[in-house]
Amino acid sequence: MTTSDEKPVMIEFRDVHKYYGDYHALRGINGTIKAGEFFSLLGPSGCGKTTLLRTIAGFEDLSSGVVMIDGKSMQDVPANVRPTNMVFQSYAIFPHMSVAENVGFGLRRDPRSKAEKAAAVEEALEMVGLKGYGNRAAHALSGGQRQRVALARALILKPKVLLLDEPLSALDKKMREHMQVELIRLQRQVGITFVLVTHDQEEALVMSDRIAVMFEGEIAQLADPETLYRRPNSKKVADFIGTMNFVPAEILSDESGKIEVEAKGLGRVTLDASQAPPARGEAPVIGLRPETLTLLYPGQVPNDQVVDGVIDEVIYFGDMTYYDVYLGGTDVEVRLSMRNVPGRPIMDVGSKVQVAWSPEALVLFR
Amino acid sequence: MKKGLGLRSYTIFYLIVLYAPIIILPMFAFNNATTVAFPLQGFTTQWFSEMLANTNLRKALVNSLIVSLSSATLATVLGILAARSAVRYSWPGKGLVMGSIMVPLVLPEMIVAMSLLVLLLAMGIKLSLFTIILGHVLMCMPFAVAILTSAFQTLDKSLEEAALDLGENAWSTFRLIVLPLVMPGIMASFLITFTISIDEFIIANFLGGGEPVLSVFIFTAFRFPATVPPVLALGTMLVAFSIILLTIAEYFRRRGVAKAGGKDSGGFL
Repeated sequence: MTTSDEKPVMIEFRDVHKYYGDYHALRGINGTIKAGEFFSLLGPSGCGKTTLLRTIAGFEDLSSGVVMIDGKSMQDVPANVRPTNMVFQSYAIFPHMSVAENVGFGLRRDPRSKAEKAAAVEEALEMVGLKGYGNRAAHALSGGQRQRVALARALILKPKVLLLDEPLSALDKKMREHMQVELIRLQRQVGITFVLVTHDQEEALVMSDRIAVMFEGEIAQLADPETLYRRPNSKKVADFIGTMNFVPAEILSDESGKIEVEAKGLGRVTLDASQAPPARGEAPVIGLRPETLTLLYPGQVPNDQVVDGVIDEVIYFGDMTYYDVYLGGTDVEVRLSMRNVPGRPIMDVGSKVQVAWSPEALVLFR
Repeated sequence: MKKGLGLRSYTIFYLIVLYAPIIILPMFAFNNATTVAFPLQGFTTQWFSEMLANTNLRKALVNSLIVSLSSATLATVLGILAARSAVRYSWPGKGLVMGSIMVPLVLPEMIVAMSLLVLLLAMGIKLSLFTIILGHVLMCMPFAVAILTSAFQTLDKSLEEAALDLGENAWSTFRLIVLPLVMPGIMASFLITFTISIDEFIIANFLGGGEPVLSVFIFTAFRFPATVPPVLALGTMLVAFSIILLTIAEYFRRRGVAKAGGKDSGGFL
């Protein structure tokens, strides 16, 4: 992951609003996407992420606000002259054309000779691993191959920004994971800005330099994957990204950057100001990730805080086991994950255990 | 009893009822007798040469081709515009407008023909082949719009967006992407409206103003026994022509489906 602070801005949203009739699809989007960045728009379906992507491509008229690309306002700039190209969710491969005709479609107005264009097409196909597929009929391709054709077709025009609308959602799990890595490799190779729309938080974490999490037409948090995962700025974001346990808490004192909390099941703990995103007037809860909690096996010495627990449920995942544990004799139940390594037997339901936890891993939502 | 025998005999009976009259047509067209009656008298091509020599018939044939080709072309072109607009855009009063296009489907043709005649005469427009074409376009539009709407509906909108995204403008996108992909629908619309127009009688009779087309000619000719056999020859040729036309159309349709990678779910044949 690269630091994107010093990179120049490629895309800027300035108070972008979009209405469909009475429906307010985009509610004042602000933010920037840096040049050369792998950027993701992440959110549940209906959150406006695809609409926002389409405002970059020029397929949606804005109700108000401006989208800037490379310093220029895109107001009144139609889709066919914008420096962006798109990989559609359905791939939108032209069914009546061959693979080469599809990939070379954008070169129709290119003044280069036929031979040069054919070479460019072959080069683009090679880049996506489809060398020699040019003469195939487009409809005879598999899902993964269609996606590669869509990629080659969009990249052949060397756009400033490549837009990807849920490009992996139609693929099976194995293929999806494979293509994630390929897309990252491709992005590094061509160096252009990628903007990806996805509802899959894991995919966004794996692939992106930065992620904008969207709910109901607004950006809830815009950050790099690690910040998003470790320091979500709201309970909603925390719940959407990965698994997060929520423990009811009571704020005892809040002064000079230190917040003292009584967390049910964990006891009294002092948090740093960085562990508490801005207050929203909600009932205070402490969030902790399953992997920050550890079951103590006999003979293990904890270097963290320890709390007693009782195992309520065991979920075996092969490489991991999830345990649902009641904390400290309360009805507060948390899920924790343990890697299954030699010497660590799977525990039984009902076992009395000790759970180690660390105060630095907590986040306070209030 | 063998399983499915009932359904099988029903199907065979149904096909006989449907096609026997059409088989009778060529049988008597080649029959060496002036009356249409069994037993058959012998083989002759006399009726065909008589038919081809008949100037009135030739004129009616030419008129019919002018009317049907014009009506089919007009109805299909207007149908493309209407269907495209109905599928892709939303505009006020769309339901009402599209609904009124479909109305001739349920109106008695006799009423339509009479109303058109009254209207045209009131407007002082002289009856001619052109007025027949106007009437036929009206009758053909519902079919053209229905066929073309379904053709446009199956078109993925993102294909057009992809073409735009790759630098094409609205018109070149239509020409390069939309048109080739809805071509089977356009062919189907053209053929069906052509077929409807060529055997339409009521409007052709009311609005022709003395210009005979085939349907009117055949109706007239059938009243005189002497002209019946040449008309049968004409009918035979029309049937042969239809079969060839539909075969060509089906060939193109299947090729279109195969090219687009679709599953063949049975065509208009």
